[in-house]
Amino acid sequence: MGALNGILRPSLPPGERFGALAEFASPTELYHACEGVRDAGYTRWDAHAPFPVHGLDRAMGLKPSRLPWVVLVMAVGGALAGMGLQGWVATTAYPLVISGKPFFSWPAFVPITFELGVLGGAVGAVFGMFGMNQLPTLYHPLFGKPSFERASDDGFFISIESWDPRFDANRTVELLRRLGATQVELVAS
Amino acid sequence: MSETHNESGAIGSHDSQTVEISAGLATPDILDPVDHRAPLILGAPTFHAITEAVARPLERPPTRGWWICFLISLSMLGLLGVSIAWLFWEGIGVWGLNNPVGWAFDITNFVFWVGIGHAGTLISAILFLFRQKWRTSINRSAEAMTIFAVMCALIFPGIHIGRPWVAYWMFPIPNQMGMWPQFRSPLMWDVFAVSIYGTVSALFWFVGLVPDLATIRDRSTGVRRKIFGALALGWRSSVRHWHHYEKAYLILAGLATPLVLSVHSIVSMDFATSQLPGWHTTIFPPYFVAGAIFSGFAMVVTLMVITRKAFGLEQVITMKHFDYMAKIMLVTGMMVGYAYSLEFFIAWFSGSAYELFTFKNRAFGPYAWAYWTMVSCNVLSPQLFWFKKVRSSLVWLFALSIFVNIGMWFERFVIIVTSLHRDFLPSSWFYFKPTFFDVSTMIGSFGLFFTMFCLFVRFLPIVATAEVKTVLPQAAAHAVEAPRIELDQQTPDGRRLDLAPGGAA
Repeated sequence: MGALNGILRPSLPPGERFGALAEFASPTELYHACEGVRDAGYTRWDAHAPFPVHGLDRAMGLKPSRLPWVVLVMAVGGALAGMGLQGWVATTAYPLVISGKPFFSWPAFVPITFELGVLGGAVGAVFGMFGMNQLPTLYHPLFGKPSFERASDDGFFISIESWDPRFDANRTVELLRRLGATQVELVAS
Repeated sequence: MSETHNESGAIGSHDSQTVEISAGLATPDILDPVDHRAPLILGAPTFHAITEAVARPLERPPTRGWWICFLISLSMLGLLGVSIAWLFWEGIGVWGLNNPVGWAFDITNFVFWVGIGHAGTLISAILFLFRQKWRTSINRSAEAMTIFAVMCALIFPGIHIGRPWVAYWMFPIPNQMGMWPQFRSPLMWDVFAVSIYGTVSALFWFVGLVPDLATIRDRSTGVRRKIFGALALGWRSSVRHWHHYEKAYLILAGLATPLVLSVHSIVSMDFATSQLPGWHTTIFPPYFVAGAIFSGFAMVVTLMVITRKAFGLEQVITMKHFDYMAKIMLVTGMMVGYAYSLEFFIAWFSGSAYELFTFKNRAFGPYAWAYWTMVSCNVLSPQLFWFKKVRSSLVWLFALSIFVNIGMWFERFVIIVTSLHRDFLPSSWFYFKPTFFDVSTMIGSFGLFFTMFCLFVRFLPIVATAEVKTVLPQAAAHAVEAPRIELDQQTPDGRRLDLAPGGAA
């Protein structure tokens, strides 16, 4: 049951209120609003767009993703495992003389080493990405807002969490309005 | 059919233009104000219109046309089941294999299906790295095609071994005999290459699907919402998520590109590393890869002509997409033609009597009919793609794509069977004739492929909605800051530019 809960709910601090959700009319408006929220010094906030808007990560001040390091480690690990398996089988577990070649005839092991490196890298990229995004998280307070359903269609949103040290129901809503939000609502936790 | 047509008209918000386009005739030459290219998606739809166009087919009860396609495919799949069951019961003898010809339809089908898959990866990975934005309209269905083709391909190595209950010997699984696979063998490389190719393709496809599954989830209610909710993993379109997501997608494309090239190279090494004249050729890896892309694009065209019509996706999958795919078929078709002629040159140039005999025998021996079918389908028929008229006619595109599919199947048949049927010892020469079960297994594999594809177009978003939205002009964060088009600007042919509704807001 505990494991299922981990999949269902995000790990959020206790509190009655999740935060504020503001909708913007277009990617451009969202872009400038993100710059505004970033410059106001908020840290626990997010933007939501139905597709990756080019440059938005910079407008939000996100650091480059560390995912490539995960992929590198996994790809190298996969390749080493591949070469290791083949070398161990060829020298120790089941040594056979083929065409008078040495037992550890590594050039013949390159294709499988490469393929396993690719497999490791791809698994690292996919599961590393889901891990960094803490997905699956099947429930989230934002899903309680009917307007948020448009985030996967044509809606552009900013959500600021109430646990952000700068969050203040009145002033945060005011800021989002000033940044051009067409609609701001408070979200229960 | 008329119902589909009416609904497709609703994609764009600009009625007169939409009607003109969904009739599939005119493509207005309106250029993008920033990069001066014609728009990829016609009718200047809004973001919501794209969602509607893609999601609607899932949310309606299936049409009669779908049921007909599905039931035909399903009965062909049933034929596959019966054929395999009979094969397992009776043994490999139910096929027409004989002593020199130990591989025929089985491995032909295997190589054919692996090749079909390659266009999907080319579209999803290689064209992504080259920033070919037009891929977004077709990549989802092409990737689905890849996965289903690999599924079909994997059947054949499994069933052709004669003793299917020991198929696990192909994998490095510790066993009570203390035996291990021979990793120096290209057949072992093949096991790894194709199964990893299938795995990575499926991962890539699923990652691409997640945002679109969330789109369907947010539009639906009840059980469908729960199912899509679970599949979408709780995706909430977060930009922090997109940030890692885009990186993952780029890396997957970067990994899939060398992977796809390696897969068909390794498949070709199943042949090239043997000492059989006709197989023992260094040109095989690039030749096989070009052929794979050639046949794969033909299959994409075959499927897209039908899907686009059936689901009214004329504005998302435009004639321009077909034009590009026809050009790729033309190029790869000529690469394949070059390889055919080079093989003959090398056979002569090598000075090897056996090599030369094999190739003369291939073109003028008992299998000349297969060889010339291959040449006319693969080398001659794509030459028609030089003509713009052919590239912009769906009937021609469809017909030629079928020809290429046939030709590429025959290519593998020619390589495998003509090289085997007359080996070094004339007393063992033999002519291979397919039996009923050879043919039924092949038809059955098409049944599996089309059944999977029918289920896919019925239950999943067939166009990568999130990706298509990124190529709309209003998707750029700086759309407003880009120079606005002057309203009286004219296109080169003198028509007035119409500022698209739903354009830069």
